[in-house]
Amino acid sequence: MRKINPFPALLAAVALAVLGFTVDNEYYLGVAVIIMIHSLNATGLNILLGYTGIISIGQAAFFGLGAYISGVLSATYGWNPLMTFPVSFAGSFIIAYVIGWPVLRLHGHYLAMATLGFGMIVYILMNEMDFITGGPSGLMGIGDIEFLGLYFGLDQAYFVLMSVYFVIVLFLLELFDKSFLHYKLKFIKSSESASNSYGLDTVQTKLLVFAFVAGFTALNGSLYAFFAHFISPVSFSLKYSIELVAMATVGGLGYITGGVIGAVILGLVPELFASAEDYEMLIYGGLLAVCVMFVPGGIAGTLSGLRKKNVRS
Amino acid sequence: MQFLYSGLTGGSIYALVALGFNIIYNTTGLINFAQGEFVMLGGMMIYTFFAVLGMPFPAAFPLAIITALVMGLLFERVFINLVRVKSEINLITVTIAASILLRDFAMHIWGRDTVTVGEFMPVKSIELPGGIISNQSVMVIAVGAGIAFILHLFLKRSKYGRAMRACFDDMTAAGICGINAVMVRVMSFGVAAAVGAAAGVLISPITFVTYDDGVMIGLKGFAAAILGGLGSFWGAVAGGLLLGLLESFAATVMPSGYKDAIAFVVILLILFVKPAGLFGKRMAKRV
Repeated sequence: MRKINPFPALLAAVALAVLGFTVDNEYYLGVAVIIMIHSLNATGLNILLGYTGIISIGQAAFFGLGAYISGVLSATYGWNPLMTFPVSFAGSFIIAYVIGWPVLRLHGHYLAMATLGFGMIVYILMNEMDFITGGPSGLMGIGDIEFLGLYFGLDQAYFVLMSVYFVIVLFLLELFDKSFLHYKLKFIKSSESASNSYGLDTVQTKLLVFAFVAGFTALNGSLYAFFAHFISPVSFSLKYSIELVAMATVGGLGYITGGVIGAVILGLVPELFASAEDYEMLIYGGLLAVCVMFVPGGIAGTLSGLRKKNVRS
Repeated sequence: MQFLYSGLTGGSIYALVALGFNIIYNTTGLINFAQGEFVMLGGMMIYTFFAVLGMPFPAAFPLAIITALVMGLLFERVFINLVRVKSEINLITVTIAASILLRDFAMHIWGRDTVTVGEFMPVKSIELPGGIISNQSVMVIAVGAGIAFILHLFLKRSKYGRAMRACFDDMTAAGICGINAVMVRVMSFGVAAAVGAAAGVLISPITFVTYDDGVMIGLKGFAAAILGGLGSFWGAVAGGLLLGLLESFAATVMPSGYKDAIAFVVILLILFVKPAGLFGKRMAKRV
């Protein structure tokens, strides 16, 4: 087991604390919450794509699934928001398991296409099943998270809640990155037949990772639903799945910090270039292409390469 | 019967798009996720040449195809060729990135609104047993079949076609035999772009053109290719027609909003049950 490096989680905690104490503009805190959610989703995809070699272009579907499970249960059926989280996780986990069981035996573009197809089906269902989801005009009236007598309705309060969750997850991911499991996944990525001959059940491992990440992404979806109080299918379209691929790739595949770095950089693009909204996708596509073509490790990979070089010299 | 006619029209387009996927897959083993964007570009090209510049259709059509061919060649040179580590995931990602770029450039050039191309010829309805079909649809089906046939001859008989197939079987061996593998790869992207653009031109008067049309039609073309069997030429044609029929049949029995989901349900079912597709010879790799 390698040594745990708490630096990224600590850095995030400090940055978030500074942000929380200095910024009292609710809009900026809201942006920070959204970027944290993007980061978590991108990191989830990074575990699939960068660690295990599962190319999934349907992550938006699980994100949406979580958001809609929580939204519908709490807004339509009056559940306590906290109770919807386990359902959201379990629901997505089971669906991903069932979908993944045949799909994860496929590779490369077949797998990409299957996940993409699943994403499109979920997107179309969100639009068409308006008796449950509210259709294209969205689902309104989603309440606030409440526990220990605290309401997380205001953006400040939500920011604190989200920050705590974010840092904890970041730390857990760091543990994962240094655990045996991570080597197992990277072994599967580099050669599946070799892992098989070492007695690893690759399909089963991939299936569990896929389903677990789906559940995790759904939890983020639930958090998003209670933050935005309004969800509509637009947020969970193919475009978002591709944005996640861009975030994970630009940030650095196979590095825990990669998803976070990518999400922060690409998540800030629409905020910084709000006036030139038209160029948003151009920037996404351009960065993605340049990273794939010339910077295989992404930003995190380049940084860690530089650090190792310095240590050596 | 009516659904049969409209299904065949849509199906011919899907078949052409599926052929575009197949050409590239057959030479490089790659899936070009930007194939749908070439269909959209074909529509935009014909809009520019035919509707805006007022060229006669017989001149505008070849011009649109040639432009697309050149863009396909450039596409390979810029995006595929420059990828340093040519792993499958990287190549998939780069074509996705390229599709975003093409779509966005199209948005900046032609705007966000739907453009109307206008009819290539006076529209007439033809009475057939059990329904009517417009002469536009007849043209789509006829020209689509013609292109498929020419392509078949090109791949099976011409020198380039043989070289393309040789490259898929074994890139190294083909190189030893004096085939310029890079040249063949570039060519296959050009031809695939041209075929995709032809589909875009044909469909443009019927469905109009928007900058983000490429996503849906590309995915459906891929669904058709998988349905027929990736790598099988006539399988792609059959898959396209079958998908068109399924879609138009589905539109008669359920709310039309679900129509677009059919293609994806088909993909998932085929991948679950028979990843090689209905007519595919090569087995998709399962471990």
